[in-house]
Amino acid sequence: MALKTETMVLNMGPQHPSTHGVLRLELEIEGELILSVKPHIGYLHRCFEKHAEAMTYPQVIPYTDRLDYLAAMGNNFGYVIAVEKLLGIQIPERVEYIRIIMAELQRIASHLVAIATNGADIGALTPFLYLFRDREYILSLFEMTCGARMLYNYMWIGGLSHDIHPDFVRKTKEFIIHFRPTIIELNNLLTFNKIFIERTANIGILPIDTAINFGASGPVLRGSGLPFDVRREDPYSIYNRFDFEIPTGKGLVGTVGDCWDRYYVRVLEMEQSLRIIEQAIDNIPEGDVHSAIPKRIKPPKGTVYARVENPRGELGYFIISDGNLNPFRVKVRAPSFVNLEVMGELCKGHLVADVIAILGSLDIVLGEIDR
Amino acid sequence: MKNPEEIFELLKNEFGDTILGLDKDTPTESIILVDSMNINKIGAFLRNNNDLKFDSLMVLSGVDDTNGTKVKDEDGTDMISGGTLSVYYHLHSTNLKHKITLKVSTPRENPQVESTYNVWRTSDWHEREAYDMFGIIFLNHPDLRRILMPYDWEAGYPLRKDYKNPEFYKGMKVPY
Repeated sequence: MALKTETMVLNMGPQHPSTHGVLRLELEIEGELILSVKPHIGYLHRCFEKHAEAMTYPQVIPYTDRLDYLAAMGNNFGYVIAVEKLLGIQIPERVEYIRIIMAELQRIASHLVAIATNGADIGALTPFLYLFRDREYILSLFEMTCGARMLYNYMWIGGLSHDIHPDFVRKTKEFIIHFRPTIIELNNLLTFNKIFIERTANIGILPIDTAINFGASGPVLRGSGLPFDVRREDPYSIYNRFDFEIPTGKGLVGTVGDCWDRYYVRVLEMEQSLRIIEQAIDNIPEGDVHSAIPKRIKPPKGTVYARVENPRGELGYFIISDGNLNPFRVKVRAPSFVNLEVMGELCKGHLVADVIAILGSLDIVLGEIDR
Repeated sequence: MKNPEEIFELLKNEFGDTILGLDKDTPTESIILVDSMNINKIGAFLRNNNDLKFDSLMVLSGVDDTNGTKVKDEDGTDMISGGTLSVYYHLHSTNLKHKITLKVSTPRENPQVESTYNVWRTSDWHEREAYDMFGIIFLNHPDLRRILMPYDWEAGYPLRKDYKNPEFYKGMKVPY
């Protein structure tokens, strides 16, 4: 006679330190083994899309900051590109260069949080402190430029809110010199740490065809081995002028597509972002960052879908214009929203403690999931 | 890599009357209009055909077209009667690098669209969101619940243009 067992339902969240916000996971478990995971979202819902319909086009930008609040520059970038495409305006070279430098700095800052919290969630608290120290450098660079540390409202339709500070170029170069050794330090402390590898290698393996079918993007997709990056596949702004590589998961310590691969892709991407900044920082042309900002923004009738590579993946804005001063419909394709869907697939057959490692490796921000 | 006209011709040959037209009026993209009750079949064809290989659904968005007639409600506020709701599908091929946009329309009074859950799993949560915000019913979706609003929200579908905030939700005052 088979032993009769009963499954148990366990709630993780909404208030849980490792859910990175207010996310509730409904775990169905048999002992320590996960049978299914059901994410419940919406606790941060503030209906950005409804708000946007009541605002004029420039007024929407501060709201985009609050979607993925760890990568606000990227959110601004995607939105202004979408509206500029709809308007069909040309942007000064200087603006393009500054935007790319800001977006790449933001990518590093965002990946630092992702890596730090992924480690801290599973017990490595020291790297967390080191990495947040270095993130401060980037936040001060942003503060120097536009006065804000997290929610910038920096990129405007057709330009930027402020030109860069005279010291910006020097300080950014200083940051690059300072930051390269930090990556090596990080690798020694965390990446190749035996305990960290034991906790993440061969855990939460995401096969490549599942990743594509679920629409995963960013480090989650690249961790599974597909070198797909919007900056390369569908170049926006002036990304086609820069030389950079697209790191992918190789299964260095486990299987391709496991938690460690997703983690390591982020580490390698920081290095590539530094490369892009280095290529751009010395070539910023002269110009006026306000010259192309239209006085009155009233796009013609039509629809546009523009996407950018945010730190978390493909961020898309689908905007419908009916020829008025405010958008008729704004739909955000939030990378975290799509990436979180694979959670149920990844957790099956793992232990409860692995859920933390898997969630950390997906790197979600609830602000853009719930919008 | 194929352009929207070629994709439209391919679909027209395969599915005939269920492909309703090609809208090139928009400045940045071309939209293929499709019948809402055949979207599953068409999606599967787009994904599996060797010349198309649309393996990734970038985004699925519901839209309130607001093309009905405006009528006054009993309390004097505007309501929309008739017209359509639409769903846009933005597709991309990671292999062949081309993109296409599909659009289906469905009557506002009884909005029903076939689910594409079994073609692209991205549809799962996106369809739930479109249901949550517009009340579009996706037929054959295995788990069509509200996703962002509370599960017991009874005041309607927030992103419809004639949505009215309720005065109370479970005894709590809603407008602040």
